[in-house]
Amino acid sequence: MFESLKRLYHKFGSPKYFYDITGRMLPWLVALSVLLLIPGLIYGLGFAPPEKYQGNSYRVIYIHVPAASIAMSGYMLMAVAGVVVLVWRMKMAEMVAKSVAPIGASFAFICLVTGSIWGKPTWGTWWVWDARLTSMLILLFLYLGVMALNAAIENAQSAARATAVLSIVGAVNLPIIKYSVEWWNTLHQPASIRMTSSAIDPEMLYTLLSCIAGFYCLFAVLVILSTRCEILLREQRSSWVKKLVGV
Amino acid sequence: MNPKRKQRLIIVLGILVAVGLATGLMTFALRENINLFFTPSEIAEGKAPLQRRIRVGGLVVPGSVKRGEDLQVSFDLTDNAQQITVRYAGILPDLFREGQGIIAHGKLISGTLVEADEVLAKHDENYVPPEVQEAIEKAGHPKKES
Amino acid sequence: MEFETFADFIAMGKHGPYVWSAYGITLVVVIANILAPVIRRKGLVEEIKRKAKREQLES
Repeated sequence: MFESLKRLYHKFGSPKYFYDITGRMLPWLVALSVLLLIPGLIYGLGFAPPEKYQGNSYRVIYIHVPAASIAMSGYMLMAVAGVVVLVWRMKMAEMVAKSVAPIGASFAFICLVTGSIWGKPTWGTWWVWDARLTSMLILLFLYLGVMALNAAIENAQSAARATAVLSIVGAVNLPIIKYSVEWWNTLHQPASIRMTSSAIDPEMLYTLLSCIAGFYCLFAVLVILSTRCEILLREQRSSWVKKLVGV
Repeated sequence: MNPKRKQRLIIVLGILVAVGLATGLMTFALRENINLFFTPSEIAEGKAPLQRRIRVGGLVVPGSVKRGEDLQVSFDLTDNAQQITVRYAGILPDLFREGQGIIAHGKLISGTLVEADEVLAKHDENYVPPEVQEAIEKAGHPKKES
Repeated sequence: MEFETFADFIAMGKHGPYVWSAYGITLVVVIANILAPVIRRKGLVEEIKRKAKREQLES
């Protein structure tokens, strides 16, 4: 088990292998994200029942919750890649970490904006400095910090190591976001989806789960597309890339 | 694992633990300030400052909402232990209703009276369609408010 | 369908502007994220080809 994991790790460490395998995975991931996301969102917008107290404004949930989840998982991915960069000096991890940052920032932005739009009619305010909203804003700033650091350092390898440190340090924000609604009094409500007994109607829940899965597939597609560009850039001198572009 | 990598891994984990510890201590020290609002019990215990802008959060006590002239409204807030009274003039959010969790932003005038200039509705983690909620209420199991 | 007419669907009760602006902004951000790597890839492939040609001329 451990040996085969190790072999897989070494395989994925090779840019050529990563490029080939993700190229084969891409069509499936695109199909899966379209099949999960489009019906999920259409059902969420037009067919799922309205919410008793919020009416139709709650339909924002079908993008707000997936975006929040992906913004956090994306950061986790970036921090784990950062550990691999610092400890094992793996080039592939550098490229993945660099590619995740702007995509994760986009989802953090979507989460904050849709949350704000949802907050106005339900809570009565666009923004409040409670622990959940503030820690989520910090996550967006961490992403932007990582992007700025990547842009500021010319040498790709030194940039990767510097951003790795920042991503790992920033990862302490993740449990704070997750548990902020339990540790402190916040305006934001606690989590509705739980391992046992979710506090959300089944019809809404299954629609939401489909949207979450679909957005995760979309996230994977975006990270793969962006990482493949990074591979082309960094491996442009290698013979397999030259052959690939046809020179 | 070769010793160099092991050393690097230990350094990275060390940084993570140190930063986590520092953040943990900081949030622990600031824990009161991170809370967005005071609860009615905290106000009854005198933990909230008088004549300063504070936020109070609690459930609107059913039957306590009294509407006066010109959007004047007063209602009681409870955390199922203590009660305070909130006075407010203005438009209430969609979700405001008896039994609903709300947060009022304003001045604590006396021990248990808050003059609010902003009222926000806090919604809970439950999402139910209208028919289901009616069915639950008919069956005599009102949805738990929190 | 939860809504009787298409106009009801657009109006979303009285929450139309909120719901549709949230979905609209998300759509714009997602499309930008899809287009960015596609455009970047085109530029990269061209640049690699150009560099290869120059190297060929020099040698």
